[in-house]
Amino acid sequence: MKRILAIAAALLASTPLFAQEPVKIGVIAPFSGPFADYGRQFEGGIKAYMKLNGSTVAGRKVEVIYRDTTGPNPEIAKRHAQELVTRDKVDFLAGFGLTPEALAVADVATEAKKPMIVMNAASSIVTTKSPYIARFSMTLQQVSAPMGTWAAKNGIKKVYTLVSDYAPGIDSETGFRNAFTAAGGTVVDSIRVPLRNPEFAPFIQRIKDAKPEAVFVFLPAGEQGVAFMKGVQERGLAQAGIKVIATGDITDDRVIDAMGDAALGMITTFHYSAAHDSPENQAFLKAFAEVAADKGRPNFMAIGGFDGMAGIYEVVRKLGNTIDGDQAMAVLKGLKLTSPRGPITIDAGTRDIVQTVYVRRVEKRGANYYNVEFDRFPDMRDPGKP
Amino acid sequence: MIANFLGVLFDGIAYGSLLFLISIGLSVTLGLMNFVNLAHGAFAMLGGYVCVTLMTRYGVPFLATLPVAFAVTALVGAVLERTLYRRLYKASPLDQVLFSIGLTFMAIAAATYVWGSSQQPVRLPEALRGQVELFGLHVGAYRLFLIAVVVLVTVALVLLVNRTRFGARVRAAVDNADVAAGVGINVNLVYSVMFALGTGLAGLGGALGIDVLGLDPTFPLKYMVYFLLVVAVGGAGTIRGPLVAALILGFFDVAGKYYVPQVGAFIIYTLMVLLLIAFPAGLYGRRA
Repeated sequence: MKRILAIAAALLASTPLFAQEPVKIGVIAPFSGPFADYGRQFEGGIKAYMKLNGSTVAGRKVEVIYRDTTGPNPEIAKRHAQELVTRDKVDFLAGFGLTPEALAVADVATEAKKPMIVMNAASSIVTTKSPYIARFSMTLQQVSAPMGTWAAKNGIKKVYTLVSDYAPGIDSETGFRNAFTAAGGTVVDSIRVPLRNPEFAPFIQRIKDAKPEAVFVFLPAGEQGVAFMKGVQERGLAQAGIKVIATGDITDDRVIDAMGDAALGMITTFHYSAAHDSPENQAFLKAFAEVAADKGRPNFMAIGGFDGMAGIYEVVRKLGNTIDGDQAMAVLKGLKLTSPRGPITIDAGTRDIVQTVYVRRVEKRGANYYNVEFDRFPDMRDPGKP
Repeated sequence: MIANFLGVLFDGIAYGSLLFLISIGLSVTLGLMNFVNLAHGAFAMLGGYVCVTLMTRYGVPFLATLPVAFAVTALVGAVLERTLYRRLYKASPLDQVLFSIGLTFMAIAAATYVWGSSQQPVRLPEALRGQVELFGLHVGAYRLFLIAVVVLVTVALVLLVNRTRFGARVRAAVDNADVAAGVGINVNLVYSVMFALGTGLAGLGGALGIDVLGLDPTFPLKYMVYFLLVVAVGGAGTIRGPLVAALILGFFDVAGKYYVPQVGAFIIYTLMVLLLIAFPAGLYGRRA
């Protein structure tokens, strides 16, 4: 009996040695199809973090498993999540470029009690769908509301809004409108354009004829934003005294060079710019360029990936060998980090991100175009949450 | 009010011109050759990438890239016609659709591999940017340029098909390949040249379109609806049909968006449905 106890004791004492199993992180995101850039940016951000902070944490090796959803496919995202939990036995679910992916996986996270680290998916409701979700990216209202406040404060009283007709566009419109009217501004008219719309000229002409002081725009990054800005330049809105203000999606670091001079001087609000001036961002840019040379300039999605990893490392450091879902969430709630974008906090109540939102202007530096920050709204919460 | 309407009219014609330019290649392959070539957008995309690559990497001026875009895609089209397409001339339309859509997906993957998934920048020459004054109306310079190109392309194509010996051979070969071969027309060659012309025009349209439509690897799928719309409404097999269709659709799209922006973007589809009910074979369809 004594011998058995002794052996048992010896075994127990030695478990830490046996338990140096890798930390497994399942990243679910689009890596192919029209949204492939999202997944690639996550991957670049994750690799940049591991390059700067080592690929082991608390003595455990970090293993990242990537799963491709090919686009906004809830079923595929859910299947990947189930497989990652049951077969690969991951400790964390992470990624989620698009809101439908995150919504589909929320139930899996709740059932398996796995912390779910959202690196992009920016609709307000995402974090309410499971107590195991923590968001490290942004929400659309969080970045569009400061634009409303800023515009009203800077002498803009009459604004026309133009947004893409889908949930993120409507979220942005709501966030902007509420903040702008609260600060004394008037929205003269609103247009919602369909997601597939190659021709902006008539919309822009209509706005020009309405003679507002500014037009607030939300369009997804890509050809829509490029087409819109080219139309604005062609129609001479600036000469007509109409400013273009927007959320940073339209002047995303990935597409801004494709807009070229058409974007110059444009004012946007957003939480990250590759031109952000801080030692953390310098280190991030350098690491990103080394691990993801073929991926070009990092944008806000790479930052989401980077900070999501920072959150995961923090949890593993605190909990060590066993990652319990509830304990992990306790670590994440109220977590404060110094990110390449500036200080961020995971709100203890909503598990949503609280961060500085910057007001930026598009400027040319050498041959490239950047969003240069010149004003800020510190500690912005998601206005969509009570 | 009148000035507004004239502005809308001009924008509509310009947008219609763009629709015509990106679809005319398909009108040649689908309309004249009866081949359902859904890979049309892939050829247009290739033209776009040729244009962008020449401009950004080799500093070739925009206008000079256009003939190259035409030539390169025509050449690629000719090679593919010789190696792949010609096996499917006699196949059912479903086989042609499956084959060409497969080719489209391969083209998307290849473009992502070579050029990456991001938007490509295109910088037009100074003369084509901004607005110019035309009879007291401020109009976009590039739009004016597009209209001019459409006039040129249309005149050239009409002359080629209706007035030249080659055009006569094409019409003969399309109407009855066996008889045409019997009277000594080299049908294979005619088909190859015609297909190359169609893909070349697709490439030209792609290169001209990038400033408005943007360019990334999903281009062929994103704009497929528009190519098909113009050709279906216009009626395959003529040059005039797609031209008239593109102008009508372009004008109503622009006018709808300007005057009733809440529903404006759907007018183009409503119009398509109505026109197809009224003219099932297209406005100028040759076959009932």
